[in-house]
Amino acid sequence: MYKLEVTDLHKRYGSHEVLKGVSLAAKAGDVISIIGSSGSGKSTFLRCINLLEQPHAGQILLNGEALKLLPGKDGALRAADDKQLQRLRSRLAMVFQHFNLWAHMSVLENVMEAPVHVLGMSKAEARDKAEHYLQKVGVAHRKAAYPAHMSGGEQQRVAIARALAMEPEVMLFDEPTSALDPELVGDVLKVMRDLADEGRTMVVVTHEMGFAREVSNGLLFLHQGLVEEQGDPREVLANPQSQRLQQFLSGSLK
Amino acid sequence: MIFDYTVIWDSLPLYFGGVLVTLKLLAIALFFGLLLAIPLGLMRTSRSLWVNGPAWLYTYVIRGTPMLVQLFLVYYGLAQFEAVRDSVLWPYLSNATFCACLAFAINTSAYSAEILAGSLKATPHGEIEAAKAMGMSRAKLYRRILLPSALRRALPQYSNEVIMMLHTTSLASIVTLIDITGAARTVSSQYYLPFEAFITAGLFYLCLTFILVRLFKLAERRWLAYLAPRRS
Repeated sequence: MYKLEVTDLHKRYGSHEVLKGVSLAAKAGDVISIIGSSGSGKSTFLRCINLLEQPHAGQILLNGEALKLLPGKDGALRAADDKQLQRLRSRLAMVFQHFNLWAHMSVLENVMEAPVHVLGMSKAEARDKAEHYLQKVGVAHRKAAYPAHMSGGEQQRVAIARALAMEPEVMLFDEPTSALDPELVGDVLKVMRDLADEGRTMVVVTHEMGFAREVSNGLLFLHQGLVEEQGDPREVLANPQSQRLQQFLSGSLK
Repeated sequence: MIFDYTVIWDSLPLYFGGVLVTLKLLAIALFFGLLLAIPLGLMRTSRSLWVNGPAWLYTYVIRGTPMLVQLFLVYYGLAQFEAVRDSVLWPYLSNATFCACLAFAINTSAYSAEILAGSLKATPHGEIEAAKAMGMSRAKLYRRILLPSALRRALPQYSNEVIMMLHTTSLASIVTLIDITGAARTVSSQYYLPFEAFITAGLFYLCLTFILVRLFKLAERRWLAYLAPRRS
């Protein structure tokens, strides 16, 4: 049984088709990396999973439950049942490229916010969980600070703790280290590696080939809206079958 | 230059009474104005023309006409109609304090609504996405993320609005109310000393403004701490 199943996703912006039928299936404990050049549709695909972008066709299933979709204007699918969308979104946690922490709240408040106001947890329980996850990612000493007073690496780790506090089924990472200085990238990747070792189900859009090769157990290479190649990352990255993947890999330095 | 201090000293009780009237007008106008401004500001950010349109028209008309004209319309203009004089609202609409508060509240609500709408539109889009991605409903998103963030961001501009409102209340002296400016006009007409009278009024407004600025600085230190530069 798949934890997350996305079938045949299509998306277009006006007349420009960005996703031409992309599918993904993740079992519990899978860490799937999605790689591809800019414009290949990888971030769009990830954002369609929790409906931050509206696909035009396709199915999204979380733990076997299909997200009910209705066509709106322009043919874009929107959620038929808002409550179901909110519930499913709370079971999927997303970590963004630009962290997207709430600037007016302290780190602890950021991590406590969704458990208290979406999951209905008590403040005391949420605070305990928040401190636990902040400790886990290594920023517990900064829990009273505001995001603007922290480095990018610290902010991203807080964002990861915020996602973890929801205790999600699947974690989605949208280029989590792309906005970070090279020195800070390592800290965040280490946290993500620890999560993967714990057996969390993760889908990661990334440019970090090292992470893709060493930590993930599934790889998707997207090119112009289609899955060009997929499989075990160690095989695919060592012996790329398609010419485009070979070109892509020779272009990237890792 | 001779400055007649004794006249001012003797008139101080009148001025202090005026301060109370000014503060009362200011407090009532700001309270009801802000109460109205929040839903109006939210309406001004709506993409639906049915919601945004009426709010836009309201803020356009109120910001597009002088405060004095609005005050005259409410106090003198409405009294022109027999239907108003015979209505159940007449005891209120014939009262100068009520009319002044009404006009001031309407005026500040329009300006504050635009300030709030601007702040709402300036919310970092990523913060809204993060809230949606966590599964927050629209209502929660507004209540927990959008409004707290926007109200904080609006604080510096709103402090300007409050100070302007303090000075705008001086117009109440034109419709028979004895606020600070009303006290000054009384002293000026009684003693034929307009310079002393209005300089004193100016000093009172200066003091009140100073207090308001300090209060807002405290508010900013509390609510906008996250924007302050990092203290090592």
